Amino acid sequence: MHRVWAIIERDLRRFRRSPVLVIVSIIMPLVQLVVLGYAFGGIIRNLKVGVVNEDHGLPAIKLQEMFQAVAANARTFFPIYYSDKAQAMRDLRDGRLNGVLNIPPLFSRKVLAGANPDVALIEDNTDQFSSSAMEGVMSQMLPAYNAPPVAARESAGATLSIVEVYPYVPYIQFLLPGTIVLSIFVSAMIGGGIIFIDDKARGLHEGYLVTPITKFELILGFTLAGAAKAIISGLVLITAGSLIAGIPDPLDPLRMLRMLLLVVVVAMALISMMFLIMVRVSDPLVPRAIFGMLNTVLYFPSGAVYPTGSFPAWMKVIATVDPFTYAVHGFKDLILKNTGLMAISGDLAFLVVFTVLCMSAATVLFRRTL
Amino acid sequence: MFDIEVRDLTKRFGDFLAVDALNFSVEHGEVFGLLGPNGAGKSTLMRMLTTLVPPTSGTARVNGFDVARQANAVRQSIGVIPQAMTSDLDLSAVENMSIFAKLYGIPREKRVRTIKALLAEVDLEQWADKPVKMFSGGMRRRLEIARGLVHEPRTFFLDEPTTGLDPVSRVAVWEMLIRLKRERDLTILMTTHYMDEADKLCDRIAIVDHGKLVALDSPLKLKASVPGKNILEVSFQDAPAGWVDTLRTLPDVADLKADGNIFRISSNNGPRTTVALMEAARNANATITALSVQSTTLDDVFVHYTGRQLRDALQAPSAANSPFMMNRN
Repeated sequence: MHRVWAIIERDLRRFRRSPVLVIVSIIMPLVQLVVLGYAFGGIIRNLKVGVVNEDHGLPAIKLQEMFQAVAANARTFFPIYYSDKAQAMRDLRDGRLNGVLNIPPLFSRKVLAGANPDVALIEDNTDQFSSSAMEGVMSQMLPAYNAPPVAARESAGATLSIVEVYPYVPYIQFLLPGTIVLSIFVSAMIGGGIIFIDDKARGLHEGYLVTPITKFELILGFTLAGAAKAIISGLVLITAGSLIAGIPDPLDPLRMLRMLLLVVVVAMALISMMFLIMVRVSDPLVPRAIFGMLNTVLYFPSGAVYPTGSFPAWMKVIATVDPFTYAVHGFKDLILKNTGLMAISGDLAFLVVFTVLCMSAATVLFRRTL
Repeated sequence: MFDIEVRDLTKRFGDFLAVDALNFSVEHGEVFGLLGPNGAGKSTLMRMLTTLVPPTSGTARVNGFDVARQANAVRQSIGVIPQAMTSDLDLSAVENMSIFAKLYGIPREKRVRTIKALLAEVDLEQWADKPVKMFSGGMRRRLEIARGLVHEPRTFFLDEPTTGLDPVSRVAVWEMLIRLKRERDLTILMTTHYMDEADKLCDRIAIVDHGKLVALDSPLKLKASVPGKNILEVSFQDAPAGWVDTLRTLPDVADLKADGNIFRISSNNGPRTTVALMEAARNANATITALSVQSTTLDDVFVHYTGRQLRDALQAPSAANSPFMMNRN
């Protein structure tokens, strides 16, 4: 065991002398957290909507006033009035408008006749996010418009009331669990991938191989040394990330302890996976070349940035075997829901089994000779 | 009892026969040199003896242990200095040695004592706590020699110990090796490209070519085995006519080249040819302005046994030359 410690000691001493690794593996995920968090999380405002009222009857004016009220309060829309429908359509096609609200000529007559009148929202659907924001507000507005002015004595219409279990979760907080896992991954990729292969190419491993160290001691030493570095960046991220993302009660000691356990388990899983990938590699280009690909293939299908429910079948398969999925799910429970360990026992079990499988395969494939 | 015993040792990489049924033994206390052109199989042989590469067939025993079946016992009994500089640049000299002492399982108290003593022996005491990245090539090599001895091995393997060092550092490394060998009762097996190094350090030299042993003896005997043992270079003030033919008939002359009044004579017996030359010059009233007699060097031996042709051959690219590695110098 003292030999395993010698490998860990060497790695950690080097790590302390040139802390590039820890800085890269902490800064990159933090930058991503902040930029992605604010780039995707905001509420869409000031969509330019052309209003073409071809009716001018009282119900039409009422609808237009309601629209104006939304524009003035929620500021989702910025209305621009057109008398010429053709001009409004031209401007929509030329990209000067996000949508056109058209109240057709017979609207008021149909309202008064109770004949299901239509209002048209013609939208620029190349921008999905803006068009669905527009649709959302419009469809909320119309029931209010349809409601009878005086409430009926008996109403048979069932309504859906929504109870939110947790406080509002902004996107940056939704992103934080993935970011923590990402920082552990980057650290594993640099420490267990790039530096590991560089050392091998430089002949540093030859120095180990001529000593009476066993294959298992070597692998354990490399893995624990890599995991120690990954744990450090994970710990920085759970603290700094919680503060930056504005998690309520960010330094709750019990949650911190649970997260520490999960950080250790995730670090072991990712470093042993990296070790398995790199066990027969000797070209220093390889870890650099697959860095970006691994990052994309593991991070995005994990549910870290978008719910997995929306994925096509093949991506769901990736998500099922991807250790990121379980790591991200575990951190989501701990950070966003403040659950206990029982809630994430499935995630922990998967990650432990994954670690054992990777380590065993790596030990079988590892060559004690050059 | 031999410290190294090699019997029909063979290593084959696919179709390529790197080491071809080698046989030799190294006695305890010997300094044994492996010479050979690039790609001759020296490094493969060294790697088999240090348990880094398993042999294809044949056996090798180091300090009585089989390199294939008792690899860990071999590892515990040998010190190895690879060709590449493998010290950790970010760590200090003491830290580098301490890590290795721990890898060999040396207890703390002894570790501290041994490291201090070894650093003194290689004259690095005053730089003990400085990071190795600030060391010169010669200092790094000396540190590696000290590191290789940290577990007090019986046999020491060095792969091109002075390649890339300046002349002063080379001499310093030689002197250190000679002293350490004597004080610690070591058997040394080393590879080298430098004939002067082999000549100065080695008790016996094996010349390896195409994976085979082409010569094995002491430097003196190897030099004696090459025809034309001495080179005489003589110049005259005014060489008499037909002088070339006179010189050619001198005793033991193997070959003669003339360039104006300067003559270069290969002789099988330098002293005898020299005496006869002086006498012939006196008889002919020719004035000798300069005369030198040189011994055959190991360079001549090397060329004699391995031939002169360049060995251009492709080899597997080394990962150590990758331009993608992080610069840590």
